Amino acid sequence: MKHIKTLTTRDLKESMKKGGCGECQTSCQSACKTSCTVGNQSCEHAK
Amino acid sequence: MIHQYKNNGYNIVLDVNSGSVHVVDEIVYDVIPVVEQLIKEHVTDKDGILDRLKKLKSDKSYGLSDFSAELIEEALDEILELKDAGLLFTEDIYEKYIADFDNRETVVKALCLHIAHDCNLACKYCFAEEGEYHGRRALMSFEVGKKALDFLVANSGKRVNLEVDFFGGEPLLNWEVVKQLVEYGRSIEKENNKKFRFTLTTNGILLNDEIMEFVNREMGNIVLSIDGRKEVNDRMRPHRGGQGSYDEIVPKFKKAAESRNQMNYYVRGTFTHNNKDFAQDVKHLADLGFEQISVEPVVAAKTEDYALREEDVPALLEEYDKLALEYLKRRKEGKAFNFFHFMIDLKGGPCVAKRLSGCGSGNEYLAVTPWGDFYPCHQFVGNEEFLMGNVDDGIIREDIRTEFKNCNVYTKEKCRNCFAKFYCSGGCSANSYQFNGNINDVYELGCKLQRKRIECAIMIKAALADDEEKES
Repeated sequence: MKHIKTLTTRDLKESMKKGGCGECQTSCQSACKTSCTVGNQSCEHAK
Repeated sequence: MIHQYKNNGYNIVLDVNSGSVHVVDEIVYDVIPVVEQLIKEHVTDKDGILDRLKKLKSDKSYGLSDFSAELIEEALDEILELKDAGLLFTEDIYEKYIADFDNRETVVKALCLHIAHDCNLACKYCFAEEGEYHGRRALMSFEVGKKALDFLVANSGKRVNLEVDFFGGEPLLNWEVVKQLVEYGRSIEKENNKKFRFTLTTNGILLNDEIMEFVNREMGNIVLSIDGRKEVNDRMRPHRGGQGSYDEIVPKFKKAAESRNQMNYYVRGTFTHNNKDFAQDVKHLADLGFEQISVEPVVAAKTEDYALREEDVPALLEEYDKLALEYLKRRKEGKAFNFFHFMIDLKGGPCVAKRLSGCGSGNEYLAVTPWGDFYPCHQFVGNEEFLMGNVDDGIIREDIRTEFKNCNVYTKEKCRNCFAKFYCSGGCSANSYQFNGNINDVYELGCKLQRKRIECAIMIKAALADDEEKES
């Protein structure tokens, strides 16, 4: 494409089919403790 | 739903419902909102859209007048190609699954153990009120902690990885019990097919080589509390007598970070109204040699003199932009540091189920007081309305559990049209409760900062992709 560069991202719609295993980290266990940061976490299966 | 913005010379288009990120030129940037509006009006064929774009070309408010008809058509072709590939103008298909979502089976997978409701510092912004959580000073006994770990194992279903954070107050005031609980946890892993991931949050005053050796052997993460520059840190993180803590903790934290090979730890600070130039604190921590840094906004009642105010927001947003540039600059210079709130995993990030449910407080995640009471999270400890049960009787207040379980991005009206909803998952329930008296609202000042952080984080990904392309 000449006008658009698409970054590689996980398709959220696809993630509905296989997601929800719950093995991922609980968000407040990292550093935050006063906010909710989920987008920065990794899927346990993508590691 | 589309969110588009300009940052550091990049035109960024986020397709919220698919999570796709596009870096586009000026013409696509100007055409996209027009196409989005036409799709809402059910004009979806190329000829129909093109026809409307041609008519709008003479209207200066749409910014299309500078581009030729050929260029506009070329841009439209690319836009429609992405639409057909499900990468642009993606519909929200998730809300209809909410009923299933509310009925999901949840397990407990993480505990925040309040190993000590006592502290050897008197940080002014502490939500635990100098460690005591509006209650009495207390240390958790091994017996209470053991029951908590047994509860976690018994209530974790098939989940293998279990997280336990030793929190306080200051957990090193009860270090022997921390060690005993780690040893006990390890002893029951095999028979139950579980794996504990222990973490420790400490102010560092009592940190020594022996403790670090144990932490490095047993703990997946350690959070080291420091606010940044000496004057900033010492103003908010003094001893009870008023003297600062910076000089004591910096050498210990440096040693701790090195002993973990600069990985799996955070130096973690809080910024307040008093240091709105918090990028200077992040830079200071990076200059000290720390590579894993988190500096986060204070959450405080408006009556506190250090609380962030609405009028601080423009300066704070600007500061995140400055920090993003510094982050990229230092990376290029080979002096990279990681900033927790700029981390975003676009390729391998969480599934939608996780993005809907957020932090899991009150269900997957519980806080345990020194005497064994359960609360939805550490920030609710001390508020008896949210006392959910205890290590002997388990969860007694199913109603609280259900309320938290059913709280998601679609139950919060203000999140519905927010581009950030799949990155913050509707925000922090404790923040919502603190500012609105219920968990289904949002803390708006925090949202403004969160949105900016997400924009910066995505811009950083775009810049790094750009650099990679130039190098290859």
